[in-house]
Amino acid sequence: MAPVATTARPGRAWTLWVGGGFVALLVWSADATRMDLASLGSGEALRQITLYVAKLFPPDLSRATLREAGLGAVETFAISLIGSLFAVMLALPLALLATRTLLYRGILFEARPPGLGVRAGRLALYGVGKGTLNLLRTIPEIVWALIFVFMVGLGPFPGVLALGVHTGGVLGKLFGEVLEDVDAAPLEALQATGASRFTILVYGVLPQALPQFVSYALYRWEVNIRAAAMMGFVGAGGLGQRIYVAISLFYERELMTLILAIYLIVTLVDALSAYLRARLV
Amino acid sequence: MARIPSAAPADPFPGSPGNSRFPWLLAAVFLASVVLSWRAAQVDPRLLVEGDTLANVARFVRGMFPPQLAGDFLVLMVRSAIETVQISVMGTAIAVLIGFPLGLLATSSLTWTGILHERTSRAGRWALGFVPYAAARAVLSVFRSIPEYVWAFMFVRAVGLGPFPGVLAIGVAYGGMLGKVYSEILENVNPRPLETLHAAGASKLGVVLYGLVPQALPNVIAYTLYRWECAIRASAILGFVGAGGLGQQIELSMRMFQFDEVLTLLGILFVLVAGVDLISAKIRARVA
Repeated sequence: MAPVATTARPGRAWTLWVGGGFVALLVWSADATRMDLASLGSGEALRQITLYVAKLFPPDLSRATLREAGLGAVETFAISLIGSLFAVMLALPLALLATRTLLYRGILFEARPPGLGVRAGRLALYGVGKGTLNLLRTIPEIVWALIFVFMVGLGPFPGVLALGVHTGGVLGKLFGEVLEDVDAAPLEALQATGASRFTILVYGVLPQALPQFVSYALYRWEVNIRAAAMMGFVGAGGLGQRIYVAISLFYERELMTLILAIYLIVTLVDALSAYLRARLV
Repeated sequence: MARIPSAAPADPFPGSPGNSRFPWLLAAVFLASVVLSWRAAQVDPRLLVEGDTLANVARFVRGMFPPQLAGDFLVLMVRSAIETVQISVMGTAIAVLIGFPLGLLATSSLTWTGILHERTSRAGRWALGFVPYAAARAVLSVFRSIPEYVWAFMFVRAVGLGPFPGVLAIGVAYGGMLGKVYSEILENVNPRPLETLHAAGASKLGVVLYGLVPQALPNVIAYTLYRWECAIRASAILGFVGAGGLGQQIELSMRMFQFDEVLTLLGILFVLVAGVDLISAKIRARVA
């Protein structure tokens, strides 16, 4: 084969190493998770799965079950909406702290660069903001839910708090990245007219960032509707709680109804979010 | 706002969102849903500053320190962490096995529209193309709309406790997501190279192999790696429904009020997630 220009392409050796590494990782994992695809394809596991699925049908459509499913769906929707709202309220101030271009460097500080002491202080502030966001983000929402259930008791409220705190960390990081990546040209134009830092922030940075903020918030809402349905597993309300009960008591046909409710509400929120994104962004 | 004067000149962009009733309607619906949701979710900020809550917070924070670092506990937990990684790897592998073929079927430009099917008859396109396409889309939608922990819960019932149901749950749920995104990537490739190949007399397989795949592959790999990152988090969580890994340990320690163990476990989880993020980001930067 003739040598091809390989400027930015990964080299062949690199590809082999990484590929080989992944194969090794796969073999090792397959062994340890007692993965037996052969048995899944032919024998026992498949038979058990079919048996279980057969028990799920037909879904229970009695009034009592439908009522429970409806209530659970409403509660799950409410948890996801208020949780996402809390998350945005938490993320906005933290994102401002986690944006270097708003604290000590870049175009805002070109005219009057901050002194060394101020710079160090702002850098520390940035560290605190970033650190807080990392902490909020790394702990999964279900662990937050466990913690909040311990603190404020059972019910949907700890679920709201858990979603708000975890998603706040995620959104704060994303918002900060958006703020750092805005196009510098409009900011320079504003600066050239003698605008103050605050004016540049309000008329130059934020208008560029807002559509992406909205887009990210809607995307996280889609993630949160799924997470909100899980909160019930640790006692934080919504469809999850009812699913937990149905599974634990072997009410398979009720379970199927609840799963249908999750499917409906998740699809609804996905469609709503896609529609809003198309209209707003 | 001085942007919209009351005697506005003829609207140059009729129907654009800025000039219709849409924003008002949206704001009203949004406010109403927030108020109703506030009640439905039993939000009560006063609970946060109540004596009991504060006492519990103090108890939790005090209980976390110092973290539990006894040797045998650490060994056990590191083993759980390794299991979590293995579940995520196997789960993602199965997700690719499920998502890739379904994603191909769910790609309209491969199954029934566009350059590859210019010469197929309408009935042929419908029967051999559209029907499998629609079926694949429906299956993918069901797979990804049921969250992974519900899948895990059902697989625990079907195949028993342990890491295996976790692997299957991630495989199915992420298979649905991967399939959808794969099909989007494949549909959005630049059609020009395909047309060139077609005009040069390449077969359908040739067009796919030399026109479609090289364009799509970097994105496919990058997205798969990104999903692997998510799978690490998910597999840590699946333990909460009895599917092995770190989550199970976190729940146990939390329920026993052993907060020093919780802190250690969260530290391990942090290292794990950060490590996978780093590896995945490195590879993605080279590939895409």
